[in-house]
Amino acid sequence: MHAQPAYVHNPVSPVTDTRKVVVDIAGLNKYYSAFHVLKGIDLKVHEGERIVLCGPSGSGKSTLIRCINRLEIAEQGRILVNSTDLSQATREAAQVRSEIGMVFQHFNLFPHMSVLDNCILAPMSVRGLSRKKAVELAQHFLEKVGIAIQANKYPSQLSGGQQQRVAIARALCMEPKIMLFDEPTSALDPEMVSEVLDVMVKLAGSGMTMLCVTHEMGFARQVAERVLFLDGGMIIEDSPPEDFFNAPKSPRAKAFLAQIVH
Amino acid sequence: MSLAELQNMFLSPELLERYGPRFIDGLLVTTKLVAISFTLGAVLGLLIALGRLSGNRFLRSFTGAYVYFFRGSPLLAQLFLLYYGLGSFKGFWQDVGLWWFFRDAWFCTLLAFTLNTAAYQAEILRGSILSVAQGQREASKALNLSRWTTFRKIILPQSLLVAIGPLGNELILMIKASAIASLVTIYDLMGVTKMVFSRSFDFQVYLWAAVLYLVIVEIVRRSLKFIEGRLGRHLQ
Repeated sequence: MHAQPAYVHNPVSPVTDTRKVVVDIAGLNKYYSAFHVLKGIDLKVHEGERIVLCGPSGSGKSTLIRCINRLEIAEQGRILVNSTDLSQATREAAQVRSEIGMVFQHFNLFPHMSVLDNCILAPMSVRGLSRKKAVELAQHFLEKVGIAIQANKYPSQLSGGQQQRVAIARALCMEPKIMLFDEPTSALDPEMVSEVLDVMVKLAGSGMTMLCVTHEMGFARQVAERVLFLDGGMIIEDSPPEDFFNAPKSPRAKAFLAQIVH
Repeated sequence: MSLAELQNMFLSPELLERYGPRFIDGLLVTTKLVAISFTLGAVLGLLIALGRLSGNRFLRSFTGAYVYFFRGSPLLAQLFLLYYGLGSFKGFWQDVGLWWFFRDAWFCTLLAFTLNTAAYQAEILRGSILSVAQGQREASKALNLSRWTTFRKIILPQSLLVAIGPLGNELILMIKASAIASLVTIYDLMGVTKMVFSRSFDFQVYLWAAVLYLVIVEIVRRSLKFIEGRLGRHLQ
């Protein structure tokens, strides 16, 4: 299995959590034409919190985290990220994206750019860093994910696991306060899953606020403070991993766990 | 048949000496005509492609109609419409100060060719822009790249790689279609050939023209292959 994380696992009840709230979602409703994909979601995410979202496909978990950086715009409800209201199309709302990193299932690296260029484009173009600064930053994060020596290769020359680690480094180069992971290991060959999870475990240990849609239950047990179980566009369960895995409350969560844990 | 006779039949030294320089001139005119109209057509075509893809309904239908008209009617008809059709409103053009443009066959041909190739190139570019994976746009958004940076650095380079083949095809078609210019008094390669034939009555000059067109097309084909290799170096 994976290396033990360097932090002390200490779940705090979301209600009594005194840490700063960085994402505050209230009454979120989202439709894909007639399909009601998110049904009145309420969610508070605290600074440094690590949340795993799971649930059957079509339950709205990807849509939910995509709403947090405005890749999807919800029809109703309110999303505050660091007290900026994302439901308004303001300049501040657009700026919030700079504080949120996102990692996709299919990596979405820019295929025509080298690994390094993938990492320095946004820091230079959005944050206005000099090339030298951006390259230093990129090398720092590429080293963290263990890809530094491949910096001049093109994405197609790397394995899936390496590409996903580059994608994580690229997101980190924006020095975000929150990281969103949308099924980061689902498109990987089984033998590459752990190298990506290891990077995510390390990142969790550094105190990053993380929201991960994943079916890697081992990762959830090891890293998450809260597991959210979604079904039919609603958050059915919101509990610490040991409670969720050992004593799921809803029948739907029980059925789901029975299906994925062999 | 002796070798000298054979040479006289296909590449007569006498004809070559008398008319050779004219063919070079014709070749240059054709090259210039196609190079200018294709380049201007690329710029206009890109704008039209963006119009076709825009969220603005008026822009979309206007550019759609443009493409529909210029792809749907013969280039020859478009050229005649411009040169003879618009050229017949001498008084109007003089009033607006554009008569110098519309009385000149060269400008009219350039304009007709540009407008025509722009329609074809617009469709090629539109298709290639749409072919770039949606994930590329999402990743750009997630990194907070501006729309302009996303287009210039992410979408355009990837779509050009897809477009280069069909664009090369269009360029080759344009080179050959440019022979139409000879019908409005332009001494391009075909214009020169017709003129020389009318003086010499020797069919071999048409063979010369064919070979010269072939040579241009071959040069273009090789250059495109080179460019394609450069743009696609990340795929090797």
